[in-house]
Amino acid sequence: MQPKSVIQVEDLITHYGSVKILDGVNLAVNPGEIMIIMGGSGSGKSTLLRHLLGLHVPTSGSIKLLGQDITRVTAAEMHALRTNMGVSFQSGALISSMSVGENVQLPLREHTKLDESTMGIMARMKLEVVNLGGFEDLMPAQLSGGMIKRAALARAIVMDPKMLFFDEPSAGLDPVAASELDDLILKLRDALQMTIVVVTHELESAFKIADRITVLDQGKILFTGSVAEVKRSGIDRVQDLLNRRSRHDQIDADEYMTRLTDEI
Amino acid sequence: MVDVDGTRMRHWIENLGRISIAFISEFGYYLALVYESFFWLVVGPFKRQPVRMSATVSHMVEVGIAALPIVFVLSFAIGVMLAIQGIHTLKQFGAETQVVLGIALSVTREFGALIAGILVAGRTGSALAARIGMMQVNQEIDALRVMGINPVRYLVSPVLLAMLVMMPLITLFSDLAAMLGGAVFCNAGLGMDYLAYWDQGTAFITLNDVMQGLMKSMVFAVIITLVGVSNGFSVSGGAEGVGRATTRAVVLAISYIVLADMTFTYFLNR
Repeated sequence: MQPKSVIQVEDLITHYGSVKILDGVNLAVNPGEIMIIMGGSGSGKSTLLRHLLGLHVPTSGSIKLLGQDITRVTAAEMHALRTNMGVSFQSGALISSMSVGENVQLPLREHTKLDESTMGIMARMKLEVVNLGGFEDLMPAQLSGGMIKRAALARAIVMDPKMLFFDEPSAGLDPVAASELDDLILKLRDALQMTIVVVTHELESAFKIADRITVLDQGKILFTGSVAEVKRSGIDRVQDLLNRRSRHDQIDADEYMTRLTDEI
Repeated sequence: MVDVDGTRMRHWIENLGRISIAFISEFGYYLALVYESFFWLVVGPFKRQPVRMSATVSHMVEVGIAALPIVFVLSFAIGVMLAIQGIHTLKQFGAETQVVLGIALSVTREFGALIAGILVAGRTGSALAARIGMMQVNQEIDALRVMGINPVRYLVSPVLLAMLVMMPLITLFSDLAAMLGGAVFCNAGLGMDYLAYWDQGTAFITLNDVMQGLMKSMVFAVIITLVGVSNGFSVSGGAEGVGRATTRAVVLAISYIVLADMTFTYFLNR
């Protein structure tokens, strides 16, 4: 029997204004799995992530996190669900007016009634996990790009969430820092049995950490499978992405004409 | 040019419609923000998501205490100007000593609140738009939301509470500073004794006059907070967007303050 999915997306359709971004996306992520969502720019992968995080309301379809459909839950249920989610944004998104330590403590301060010293110890423990021990008094502006991402990761895992989401973890990092972050993601999954979703277009990083890869293109899922299966895939678009080939699709003359002349 | 098929007319009406919808939706957004801010202030503690008092206090210091020196200088200057103009006007009737009445009434009913409002709009309204706009650009607002921290509760409610407490106090301070400005000029120009000035001033004004100013200042507090915050939240397009939102926040807040002031003055004096 298949294990029950931690994240299950069914027939997700979303629009941005009148433009359809995601078109019937189905996705299931198993417990303890690292799922990579790949695709070119404009493929809809960031939009998919934002919907998984409950930041947007889809046009139709359902998104189940830990068995609860976040398009239908009450505010209180969503609030409870959020304590089980950790997110590492592309820019880190540390609150710039707070020190690194205060940033990491923020979820604890808002969701628990722990005393000051316990929160301090927990924050320092998580900072040690991401190799940032002793940096808690610095402000985000004083950190390098890689350190900001690691600090944001410490904040994302401070509540020991069941689900962890990454948006472009290695974007803008030097190869060593990117590789260290990949190792960290693997370590977290192994040590804490977290279910991890990573949105990226970095092939090397994807192949290193992925259990399964989902390839998105123009709002549709092209392919889902293990690293080996993706590499073997016969779909042109998937191979374009893997081999850094330019797109070579034919332009439909009629459709092109309508696009140019249509007044929406 | 002859508008044969009515195209220009149609475009004009379409634009009017578009502007009206934008205006109504912005107004609706303000109302929703006020509702949500008060909701968290009242209901938050019962849902174990209280509004942080430490944040409120630090906003109070920032909004209120830090603004006092500049409020003092401007209010004092306005007081002096009122005295100069008042004496000049009243001289024509030979009633210079009645200037205290003019200063006391116009300051408490009007200028105290207006100076405080315009200054706080410039200081706090712009700072709010810039701070929240920057957070929006850096995805910090998204980060708060995914951490289960409601951005309105965390960022707006404390400011609104701080503003509602501090604006009347700043206005009261501004009233006193302007009265003092008037007193100094009356003392120098008319040789009026400070004690006589104070006695005359307080004899004329009633609690109602002072309350008018204070009530208006609370309306200004809500306006400044809402305009600043909503412009911050609606930032898109990086640093340039933040700059635009900041400017828009200040201009809109001051415009709304003056318009609200006019409306209130009209209804309070019928």
